[in-house]
Amino acid sequence: MDKQFDVLRNVLTDPRPPTLDPPRKRAVLDEPLICERGSPGRIGYSLPADDLPGHGLLPDLPPDLCREALDGFPEVSEGEVVRHFTRLSQWNLSAATTLYPLGSCTMKYNPVVNELVARLPGVAQLHPLIPDECAQGALELLADLEHGLAEISGMDAVSLQPAAGAQGELTGIKLIRAYHQDRGHPRKKVLIPASAHGTNPASAALCGYGVVEVPTGPAGLLEAATVERLVDAEVAALMVTNPNTLGLFEREIMQITALLHAHGALVYMDGANLNALMGVAKPGHMGADVIQFNLHKTFSTPHGGGGPGAGPVGVKKMLEPYLPVPRLVREQGGYRWSEAFPRSIGRVRSFYGNFGILVRAYAYILAMGGDGLTQATRMAVLNANYLRKRLEQVYDSAYSTPCMHECVFSDDSFRHTGVKTLDIAKRLLDYGFYAPTIYFPLVVSGALMIEPTETESKETLDEFADALLAIAQEIQDNPAALKDAPLTTPVSRLDETRAARHPVLRWEKR
Amino acid sequence: MRYIPHTDQDIAAMLAALGVESVDDLFAHLPEELRARAAIDLPPGMSESQVRERLTALARANQVGPDTVTFLGGGAYPHFIPVVVDHIIQRAEFATAYTPYQPEVSQGTLQSIFEFQSLVAALLGLEVANASMYDGASATAEAVLMAKRILPQRPTVLVARSLHPQYRRVIQTYLDGLSGVRVVELPWGGDGRIDLTALDRHLDNTVSCVVIGYPNFFGVIEDVTRVSAAAHQANALAVTATTEAVALGLLKSPGALGVDIAVAEGQSLGIPVSYGGPGLGLFACRERFLRNMPGRLVGETVDHEGRRGFVLTLATREQHIRRERATSNICTNHGLCALAATVFLCLMGKQGLRELAERNARKSHYTRDLLLQTHSCRERFAAPFFNEFVVEVPNARAGWRRLKEQNFVAGLVLEDWYPELKDCLLLCVTELHTRAEIERLAGELGVRGQGSGAG
Repeated sequence: MDKQFDVLRNVLTDPRPPTLDPPRKRAVLDEPLICERGSPGRIGYSLPADDLPGHGLLPDLPPDLCREALDGFPEVSEGEVVRHFTRLSQWNLSAATTLYPLGSCTMKYNPVVNELVARLPGVAQLHPLIPDECAQGALELLADLEHGLAEISGMDAVSLQPAAGAQGELTGIKLIRAYHQDRGHPRKKVLIPASAHGTNPASAALCGYGVVEVPTGPAGLLEAATVERLVDAEVAALMVTNPNTLGLFEREIMQITALLHAHGALVYMDGANLNALMGVAKPGHMGADVIQFNLHKTFSTPHGGGGPGAGPVGVKKMLEPYLPVPRLVREQGGYRWSEAFPRSIGRVRSFYGNFGILVRAYAYILAMGGDGLTQATRMAVLNANYLRKRLEQVYDSAYSTPCMHECVFSDDSFRHTGVKTLDIAKRLLDYGFYAPTIYFPLVVSGALMIEPTETESKETLDEFADALLAIAQEIQDNPAALKDAPLTTPVSRLDETRAARHPVLRWEKR
Repeated sequence: MRYIPHTDQDIAAMLAALGVESVDDLFAHLPEELRARAAIDLPPGMSESQVRERLTALARANQVGPDTVTFLGGGAYPHFIPVVVDHIIQRAEFATAYTPYQPEVSQGTLQSIFEFQSLVAALLGLEVANASMYDGASATAEAVLMAKRILPQRPTVLVARSLHPQYRRVIQTYLDGLSGVRVVELPWGGDGRIDLTALDRHLDNTVSCVVIGYPNFFGVIEDVTRVSAAAHQANALAVTATTEAVALGLLKSPGALGVDIAVAEGQSLGIPVSYGGPGLGLFACRERFLRNMPGRLVGETVDHEGRRGFVLTLATREQHIRRERATSNICTNHGLCALAATVFLCLMGKQGLRELAERNARKSHYTRDLLLQTHSCRERFAAPFFNEFVVEVPNARAGWRRLKEQNFVAGLVLEDWYPELKDCLLLCVTELHTRAEIERLAGELGVRGQGSGAG
């Protein structure tokens, strides 16, 4: 009797799994690079029929302009491509597969209908240089979206051009610079709280400004007294995130923005955390002069493994003349693009913005309505406070101030065990959850920054809290074991030092 | 609301756990003057079917094929997209993940970006490519900033006037406000390529880089070798920006022609034109400039058991570590578009991308030949082109308008972009145009023009 049959008989009669040698290749875990698959001459494409006379003739391009063969390009069938990427996809956790509580990233549910409408032929196949009269549907949509974002934020005008939050920041600071320049002097400095996202100082520096860091007070909040000490006639703006990256509402925001304005400086508000404010407080009423909207956060467009997002900016009236061109204008008979804004900062990208993303965000706003958006904010804040409550007996809440849409813990209570935030994050992966944002903001030691969003149910929050509490118990019982986590993922901890010391950034034929 | 799971009982239980009476209490610490005015005056939420109806109505108010035929390129290129591309990028495991901060559960994204970097490096003929930028225009501006970091003492940036006008505007916007930089625009010569005399005249030890389109805005293929050599002679860097990435399936790679930093708009590679965005910025350079590169990079490494895996690497260049001293402020890039391009390039493969590029070149040259046979159209530039070209037509704008009335968009009226190019149309022809459409274009533009004073 051959061995294979023995194994089969065991399976049929014995509830215990048969004893087998572990396979050399693991079915779900091993997938080579696509360049290591395939065979010379194999193809995975078909082109539209060739209907020209003189079939196959090369155009009159001098051969010395034409390239060598595309070495390193794969030669694979269509089925191989589908299998390759399907297998790769299974190695990802995503917001669709599990709670993905990355703080400040707002990983909410991405409605599937948005994917459908972004693929309508009149959306996906519309050429950006088609005459305006042939794109009136698109222009009406964009005008509606501009209006919606202005209404939600309390700003006066919106540009949908920036491609991402960081590009929105760059645009916003350029607007502020143009405003000051018009008044004779662009000024030299931008004030940025220590808790700010790294894109803030990077964007300010890209616009030629020096960065002055504003320390965070003992309650995790910006204090008017501190700002007052730092503001002078060379300060162009304060860049402030509200709620800040600790998930705390800046309680002195009104005094702080008034201070800046009294010195002729402006206020840039980073809108990354707008999910905590919809229908509850408008940045435009807090003294913000510019804000960027991260449509991939608050407005539910998919994060795509790192974009594309969209980062429209909203401004107060006095900054409107500087907005990027072209701008959407309404005239008798419809909408058109206009370049006739001589004080504009120019352009930050080609065409009009990430239209496909703007369409998704618009569909989201339509589905939610004003009341739905308000409810989203209310439930996002309820979820974060509930999680904080469940965890704070065991995990050190960084600040006692009530939180908004996210909560931040430090690793203080575990430090004596040798377990670090990184270990807790890795162990969470074994429990089937993505990890929170870790080691950010920098003002909290070993920060664990958790943003559940409003689209997670109470049961999911409880499961997640239970997992974190179980990990806390594991830390008490056997702290050393956490250093081996994760144990159940396609790969274990990866050697990041080696990756940086000996960079291998592309596949090469060996 | 269907996207929010909370029942009244859930809310009650959670409030009880928090020891507060109502959800409003959670906002009690916000200034009253803000809360009182915060209501959002937008219509009530819509059902799924209402959302679909509204969006479908708006989409129908836009003119697209097959009812409207366009010969538009100019930085956005309609191409055939195999269904597999969209099938893969719609997989929620890819679409709804984020930047792969936890590599153990993000290997799908990380490996596919590594493959993207490998393919882009091969396509552009350079050693290292990053994990993507927003689009070709902002990638070009980032290339200029990078050249400035490498050569900080050199204030001048030479930019060909034949580079896409929007790309030039973005470079200008990115540079505004930075001290010690100036942009000098270089004219084109009679054949549509950069004026080499002007280039040589301006190249000195104040120049950090020379930026040209490859092909340029007129579809013309620049003599990149000559431009790179001239730049290197002055110890400056050569930068090319390619708006139509399919061209690189046929043309020599920028790296092979001596270019130091090559960028491209990758929209042509499996991404719909989508009214101009999202696109995909491709960015590659020589290995010696690696530490000055903007954007994210994925590198190969091993896990504890020695298995191959991939991680984000060399992050000390980036904003989240380096803050105001970062090489760029970019954070979120265009990851899912990079995945679309990766799937597209894998499907096309070694042979298909070449064949696709050849088909584009053949169709556009066929169109050009037909137009020139009408005697009313004249070729504006004699230099070789890829899938876009400029024809001079008497009363170009009138002819363009007449065709538009028939739902035929005969490319771009170039005078709107370059006042000096009167009566010129920029036409783009790809594998999607049928012979019948091409012949109709030639017939309409040609016949009416005859005898009206061509040339």
